[in-house]
Amino acid sequence: MTRHEVVVTGIGLVTALGEGPDAHWNALSAGTAPVVDEATYAPWPVHPLPALNLDAQIPKKGDQRQMEPWQRLGTYAAGLAIDDANARGLVEDMHLIVAAGGGERDLALDEQVNAELANRNDGGGDRLNELLATGLRPTLFLAQLSNLLAGNISIVHGVTGSSRTFMGEESAAADAVRIAHARLAEGRGGIALVGGAMTAQRWDLLLLYRGGEGMYQGAFKPLSARQGMVLGSTAGFLVLETAEHAAARGARVLARLDAVASDTTRRAAPGDSAAAARALLPRVAPDGVDAVISGNSGSPAASAEEEAFLRELKLPVRRPASLIGHGVEGAFPAHVALAALALSRGGFYAPMDPADSGEAASPNRLLVTGFGQWRGEALATLSRAEAT
Amino acid sequence: MRDHLGRPVVVVTGLGAVTALGFGVKDNWSRLLAGQSGIRRITRFPTEHLKTTIAGTVDLPGDEGFTSPERVERMAAMAIEEAVAESAIGTKGAFPGPLFLGMPPVEVEWPHRFSLARAGDPTYPGMTAAAAGRADIYETCLYGGVGERLAARFGTRGAPITTTTACATGATAIQLGVEAIQRGETEACIALGADGTVQPEALIRFSLLSALSQRNDDPTKASRPFEKNRAGFVMSEGAAALVLESYEAARARGATILGIVAGAGERADNFHRTRSNPDGRAIVGAMKNALADAGLEPGDISYVNAHGTGTPENDKMENFGMRAVFGEDAPPISSNKSMIGHTLSAAGALEAVFSLLTIRDGRLPPTINYDEPDPSITLDVVPNVARDATVKHVLSNSFGFGGQNVCLVLSGEPR
Repeated sequence: MTRHEVVVTGIGLVTALGEGPDAHWNALSAGTAPVVDEATYAPWPVHPLPALNLDAQIPKKGDQRQMEPWQRLGTYAAGLAIDDANARGLVEDMHLIVAAGGGERDLALDEQVNAELANRNDGGGDRLNELLATGLRPTLFLAQLSNLLAGNISIVHGVTGSSRTFMGEESAAADAVRIAHARLAEGRGGIALVGGAMTAQRWDLLLLYRGGEGMYQGAFKPLSARQGMVLGSTAGFLVLETAEHAAARGARVLARLDAVASDTTRRAAPGDSAAAARALLPRVAPDGVDAVISGNSGSPAASAEEEAFLRELKLPVRRPASLIGHGVEGAFPAHVALAALALSRGGFYAPMDPADSGEAASPNRLLVTGFGQWRGEALATLSRAEAT
Repeated sequence: MRDHLGRPVVVVTGLGAVTALGFGVKDNWSRLLAGQSGIRRITRFPTEHLKTTIAGTVDLPGDEGFTSPERVERMAAMAIEEAVAESAIGTKGAFPGPLFLGMPPVEVEWPHRFSLARAGDPTYPGMTAAAAGRADIYETCLYGGVGERLAARFGTRGAPITTTTACATGATAIQLGVEAIQRGETEACIALGADGTVQPEALIRFSLLSALSQRNDDPTKASRPFEKNRAGFVMSEGAAALVLESYEAARARGATILGIVAGAGERADNFHRTRSNPDGRAIVGAMKNALADAGLEPGDISYVNAHGTGTPENDKMENFGMRAVFGEDAPPISSNKSMIGHTLSAAGALEAVFSLLTIRDGRLPPTINYDEPDPSITLDVVPNVARDATVKHVLSNSFGFGGQNVCLVLSGEPR
């Protein structure tokens, strides 16, 4: 079977630092301070979303009302990627894979139900039914349903080639990129949109992740100075094309996506996760790389494994989570987008964390790592477009 | 053996199924052919204040306190166990390929919230503080949790993929597995769909979309796909698993080949969150793409396993799409959902299993509760009674909320 080269022709990027390629390149190449909200969710600092002009990407107010913030963020960033790729006319046959979270709750209703029913010994009984039947907003279900981010991307942007949604935190996003890449490489379509989004400003998500002992609480500190994750609202979407498809329409190529590989170890013993990543490395980087964009989330156990892996590479490393926080489903595609952006600008980023070391003035090849907070190891490599 | 596009032929060597009709493929299939309904009154929890009080629940032993992710995992494991045993592939706890799991989104549920709130503070900050050390909630409710535990239990290789495309989820999982074998990533995989979300909040959510039948007084009559008085689907639970292999790998190890997945096609709709575009373009496109992927013409299809949910809208659109693809000579079509209800994330996988059995036995399962024909449904829906037929190729339709449509083509063993 003929293998097609796969290139990145558009990125849609939203973090606490802003939106779009220029905002991120300007801030991160020069060096910048993080944007942190330490008060609203205390003791949990979060990196908040920037103000978004939603009308620019989701013109119908009716569509905006049919989504909770997570779907709006993802739909918005997907539109940024399509615009960046100048691919509005190609959406009908564009394939789509989304790494989804979801599950946004009506917090006021939940707290009201809790207050009345938590201490009954019957699980809430028929009163739970009554409170939910009268309290649940009819629009909430679809507005927070996982596959409806992809659904909204189809409705708002007209992406209809195909639509798949993966679930599973960080590794869902890495596998979304991996499978989107593999399908293009084998000639299933010429253009695909892939990515994920996560909103950090959510008590229901803080509650879930809190149970895993991976969250950092207290006054904000950089990644390497703390033990734990600080969540950061993040959306990363990529327009991928076969090199032929991009060339035929004269598309600007940001970078070549060379390879994506993933694995899942049970992490039964220290070193398992680092060993899994080490085993993936020759598959994605047989000729080495010049520098690394690390997906280090800060979650203590995963972070230790990733740092062990990174030490062996002896390469310049940047850790975006120190500045933008951990973006869960948004993290891996956002980090791939940052790699493509650096390669397209012919430069690299200033240190993002006190532990970031090494310089790569004009890298030709970058490695992106993604170690899931609980499970999953993933690597991707990207090359400079003119090196193809 | 390669297909018409030069790809490895993907065969099925193991099947597993759990539905409201029973545990195991054999019992399910015989009850489907007998036209039995698995729909009944919900007894698992109080149903006062609910508009719909019936469902196709799968009642697991000792499952009273289970949350949805636990229920999904239990049923998924049963289906995989059965499929892997039939396939006789690998060794116990070491399956030689990856896992593709279709399942519903999971989230922290009421029993979890109540347990956290009982620490004294019912607010979210209070519950979050009380969640310290609750790895049980974290690992149960992570989106990747169920897939990871199944991957560990059955020893599948690589990262498990968990997917959701609403009512097309099970078909998407199979499609992902087929593609992995076709592109040579693996020679075998497990593809499955599982759903176990019959609980009060989920019922209320679907009721608020006006999607559910409220024919509560006569549960076995409530699911009425294609019939004139149909008024919504019946929410159900279940799981189905398929062991997929390349033809070469299956033959090399002497496995019994149960059938092949000859093609898959998809097309997303951009019309509305819960309705198909009236022009039918996306569902017609998905059906045509599946036929093209299988290298078949419409006339090659002997039978269609319907999406057939029993909502007024779906069945009308499916009839429309069928006519657009097949014209006057549309093959018979029937809905398993008339008997097992709508198993949501499991439906596409269950219907693929039953499509393969339809081919094996040359017998079409009926659409039950077909009492009064709907003049706008012009297809042969195999009303009420199973029927013998020569079946070579089956098209299985799955159309999801959110506009995600997937069709599969299942065929008999290649000769």
